[in-house]
Amino acid sequence: MALDVLYFAWLRERIGHPRERIETEAATVRELVAQLSAMDEWHAAALADLSAVRVAVDQELADLDAPLAGVREVAFFPPMTGG
Amino acid sequence: MSARVQSAPFDLAAELAGFGQGSGAVVTFTGLVRDEGGRLVALEIEHYPGMTEKALQAYGEEAARRFGLDGWRILHRHGRLAAGEPIMMVATAARHRAAAFEAAEYLMDWLKSRAPFWKREIGPDGPGAWVDARAEDEDALSRWQG
Repeated sequence: MALDVLYFAWLRERIGHPRERIETEAATVRELVAQLSAMDEWHAAALADLSAVRVAVDQELADLDAPLAGVREVAFFPPMTGG
Repeated sequence: MSARVQSAPFDLAAELAGFGQGSGAVVTFTGLVRDEGGRLVALEIEHYPGMTEKALQAYGEEAARRFGLDGWRILHRHGRLAAGEPIMMVATAARHRAAAFEAAEYLMDWLKSRAPFWKREIGPDGPGAWVDARAEDEDALSRWQG
């Protein structure tokens, strides 16, 4: 399946672009992270410390074990600083 | 009962026109860009278009249920905001003040840690560091959970 993967704030800067289309067989967010990290050094660096990374699946906050079946969009970003 | 995200400045008085009519209590909170003693000239605020609007709407609706609000408004800006400019506002209307105050605090705690915004500092020499999330903000949120 193909997914839109989005990055925000310093993850976007480290990876070098705000979104990309990824062909994947990953069943969970964690498996997708492994695939992305293996793509190149920039992805690997941005996703190295997952304690500093938050995830949204189809625009809802999710965790690393969230399933990806039927999902269209996954976003990675740092802890939020709104308000 | 509305949530909005925009880059343009807002006028608090205009936003509150007619808000809370028939209620006993209206509480508003406005957040401003601090200059941090001259270290900051602006904040650059990034957000996640699509998710942001949905998240703000969901938090507003949850606050209305939990505190029995008559009305609520959330407005949050993005883009480059100069020191001293308003960043965001929440307004809550309820029959009595306790619910209005509590709901405003609840919304602020959620917006701080669970709305998809990211702040970057802009100093006199240009863009600086992304603002780190604060443990205090996460702690503040935990008091509403469980």
